[in-house]
Amino acid sequence: MSNLLAIAIGSAFISNVVLSQFLGICPFLGVSKKVKTALGMGSAVVFVITLASAVASLVYTYVLVPLDITYLQTIVFILVIAALVQFVEMFLKKTMKGLYQALGVYLPLITTNCAVLGVALTNVQKGYGLLESVVNGFAVAFGFLISITIMAGLRESMEYNDIPKAFRGMPHVLLTAALMAIAFFGFAGLK
Amino acid sequence: MKKAIERLYNGLLKENPTFVLILGMCPTLAVTTSAVNGLGMGLTTTAVLILSNMLISMLRKIIPDGVRIPAFIVVIASFVTVVQLLLEGYLPSLYESLGLYIPLIVVNCIILGRAEAYASKNNVILSIFDGIGMGLGFTVALTLIGAIRELLGTGAVFGYRVLPEAYEPLTIFILAPGAFLVLAFLIAIMNKINLMKGRSTGKGGNCDKLCEECSNHACMGRQLSVKEGK
Repeated sequence: MSNLLAIAIGSAFISNVVLSQFLGICPFLGVSKKVKTALGMGSAVVFVITLASAVASLVYTYVLVPLDITYLQTIVFILVIAALVQFVEMFLKKTMKGLYQALGVYLPLITTNCAVLGVALTNVQKGYGLLESVVNGFAVAFGFLISITIMAGLRESMEYNDIPKAFRGMPHVLLTAALMAIAFFGFAGLK
Repeated sequence: MKKAIERLYNGLLKENPTFVLILGMCPTLAVTTSAVNGLGMGLTTTAVLILSNMLISMLRKIIPDGVRIPAFIVVIASFVTVVQLLLEGYLPSLYESLGLYIPLIVVNCIILGRAEAYASKNNVILSIFDGIGMGLGFTVALTLIGAIRELLGTGAVFGYRVLPEAYEPLTIFILAPGAFLVLAFLIAIMNKINLMKGRSTGKGGNCDKLCEECSNHACMGRQLSVKEGK
């Protein structure tokens, strides 16, 4: 149990997926203009990564290892993730209209979110079992949700600031991210 | 021939994937702790990009439109696996330092973006040159970022001490926040140059109304606009 807790805190805060592992930067920079959209994207990522970690872990243990084709893991994982996202989208559309409306737009974007594939590969690399993979996946995605929401909050409150022309847009967002990354260094003391 | 050279120019400067299109940010920020790592990542990505552009261009009339994205992803993932195994065998030190980011080349939006925007519509020769141009543009950008971070963070470039011994290295530049800082200032400088020349500041051209939402328009923006029926 304490092992799982250590994995969770480590993945969510100490080595935050965005601010220290640099995974999922694209949505972090692109979809963080409003808190509402950021929350939507974040929740969709939590949903997909947790599911994908479980499925990837099962596929690895029960298909790739017995057949001795673990070197195909990259191809298999990306296909599993793409199929999973499609499936989740169809399933939500049919059964859970409310959730679909909240997360629907973000789902197709997640296939190319490198955090999903990154987590699946890290789980295998570290030799995590099913339970550990799911906990790690959820924690990583939760870390993503936190950082994208903080970023969106900061961007919302800085929207009308008078920024030098050359720094408008991406440079300004990157500078904010740099300051957030410094702040997240504080968690390294938890180790 | 003229068109081929135009492709190279396009990739290196006009539509530089890092500074103008702002694509493939994950490896750009993650592996540029030194100039060598930046160069290695750039060249690895270039190799995959050229090969995938070539094969996708060859297969463009065979792949049905409905399943083209999964088909592209399989092609790209296969080449990434090949390159990964080659690196593991012949350049183990580079393989070690790039680590997780080699398999993650699969989800690098530059590659899928070029497959979708260029290779699936143009002939093989031009697609190869497009791959070379884009790949070199990415490599130059990564090496530049890597060199700046290494210089400020350790006082050396490519492992050779450049700054005098009296220079106290600012370690933060080879840590996570340094990546964001250096990239922010480089893009700001690019913007400044574009502003002085009276050009619009770069975010890439072809993503209609959703520019604000999609720094990653080649992959994300396109899918988003398909989703919303635009």
